Amino acid sequence: MEYLTVHSPILIVAIPLLAAFIIPLLSRLGSKVRDTFNVSLLGFVTFLVAILAIDIYANGARIYTLGASVPELARPEGYMVPVRIMFQVDGISIFMGLTITVVALAALVYSLQFVKNETGQDRFYSLFMLLYVGMIGLVFTGDMFNLFVFLEILSIAGAGLASYRVNLADAVEGGFKYIVISAVSALLVLFAIGILYGQYNLLSIAALANTMQFNTLDMIALAMLAIAFVMKLAGVPLHMWAPDTYAVAPAGITPMIYMSSAASMYALYRVTFTLYGGQFDTMPIGWVVIILGVLSMFIGVMMAIYQTDIKRLMAYHAISQSGYMLLGVGVGLAVLTDPVALANYGRDAMNGGIFHIINNALYKGMLFLTAEAIFFRIGTRDLNKMGGLAHNMKWTTIFFIIGALAISGIPPFNGFASKLLIYESVFRFNPLLSIIAMFVSLVTLASFTKVFYSAFTGPEMPAYREVREVPKSMIIGMGIMVACIIFFSIFPGLVVDTIVAPATDALIDQASYINGVMGAAP
Amino acid sequence: MSVLMYGYAVWSPIVWLVALLVLAAIALYVRSRGQKRYKKGTAQTDVFLSGIQVPPAEQRHIPAHNIYWGFFEALKGFYSTMMRPHTGIINDYMLWLVAIIALTVLILVLTS
Repeated sequence: MEYLTVHSPILIVAIPLLAAFIIPLLSRLGSKVRDTFNVSLLGFVTFLVAILAIDIYANGARIYTLGASVPELARPEGYMVPVRIMFQVDGISIFMGLTITVVALAALVYSLQFVKNETGQDRFYSLFMLLYVGMIGLVFTGDMFNLFVFLEILSIAGAGLASYRVNLADAVEGGFKYIVISAVSALLVLFAIGILYGQYNLLSIAALANTMQFNTLDMIALAMLAIAFVMKLAGVPLHMWAPDTYAVAPAGITPMIYMSSAASMYALYRVTFTLYGGQFDTMPIGWVVIILGVLSMFIGVMMAIYQTDIKRLMAYHAISQSGYMLLGVGVGLAVLTDPVALANYGRDAMNGGIFHIINNALYKGMLFLTAEAIFFRIGTRDLNKMGGLAHNMKWTTIFFIIGALAISGIPPFNGFASKLLIYESVFRFNPLLSIIAMFVSLVTLASFTKVFYSAFTGPEMPAYREVREVPKSMIIGMGIMVACIIFFSIFPGLVVDTIVAPATDALIDQASYINGVMGAAP
Repeated sequence: MSVLMYGYAVWSPIVWLVALLVLAAIALYVRSRGQKRYKKGTAQTDVFLSGIQVPPAEQRHIPAHNIYWGFFEALKGFYSTMMRPHTGIINDYMLWLVAIIALTVLILVLTS
């Protein structure tokens, strides 16, 4: 177990990466062998993530250096700075790792039946594993260049999966838009890394943070990094690609692409808090993040309620919910250099924003799955053509109700817990922001009431009399997420204390991140 | 059991769950006291709309684009402004990106 714990950071990345290349070979043995292999493999990776999480919450951040005599050896002998490829997994990294892995497992189980009758399934699952690798690698990496590499991996895999249903013209368009914005974002990130490397001759995040001077070039690099990640996470006004891509991606892939946006949010936090944190007055960049968050919340929800395509509606809600995360963590960033404000409400705001990441991943992911469950059975995403589905799709209806109440912030669900944290802490920073956030929740509830009425309630439509519930694997996939939602709803304090607060501490405590690498002696 | 402590015990999820269970029990009890002896598929279970002929199911269900009509009508100006940037053209998205980066650099330089 000690061996697994020590090597878990690399195993979590390497195993799915190898699997991505083995899957086409395994497909020759039959779909059952391939599907069993996929689920078992991801189940094992989930186990590895769990033991890594237990280790990190007990012992602090873990470093894994590739090629070193001992994995924890950050700097080779005689070197003042780290030079090898390194994973540095702290509280926020493992928080994202847990979120990504749970969503990936649910999405994979869901996809088993969803793509069963499609062609090119071996490529689907290969790209799925690569998408997972990209996300996990991005949140685990300790150096900027590998952050770029994993960003590219998840972008390319995501674009391939978004346009998987090549027979649908809008799927190809959605995939095309995704790869263009991803490529441009990644190039901006690479350019910014080039600026930093050109000045400091360093790629390690900890080493760069230790040396950062925050001159004009560094400001330009910060702007490029921050805005590139804001575009990847679909923050307003750089959000317009998201409904086009989320709406057309296959069922299990939409939550995964949404998680890649969440991974980009992690990258934004890593850059602003860890790479640049403490070097400058964070109030201006904090307010930039807050304004982007408020715009995302408001415009996202107002566009969502207008939609009649169920997946586009949910995509706009995903944008809106990202705004809550940006708002909460933005407030924390704005008061980062004010210890009193940080202790009074900054930390709680960050707890709320980070808690909202995992909550939203669960209920938004599940809502996407319910939308695709409807599409799977009736072949349309148009709300105008739906009605009375609750008569025949009872499980989907129940899961939708739970997801809709959670996303609207209705107690006792988990969405309420994270939103309450955000409302109360942001109110103390600026009451107007909190009022806007509450208004957005109201409109969110109105929007999902519209969807519930249109799709599920009403008389049984003659066209849908023969519609049945979705296959078991799809119900299980949704069920995994619902189980997590219910657990988080009943024990929000436990979740905040166990996994959210360490993530907040990891972001705030830049010194600890730097010392973990620069102070690690052979 | 750990609950979200914010000084307001009424927000405790456990309290809400207990309240929901009590309400569900009351609802089930009231429902159980209802009339059980009726024949499904007869006039007893048909839709009654003040005696007028009941339209087919598709016409009874309000389509999604009609819901919140008043809200959208009142905010017509807002929505026409909102729709304009959402062109669907990727080139326009890139222009937004350049503009926001420039604005962010300006903000950072001016406030440093």
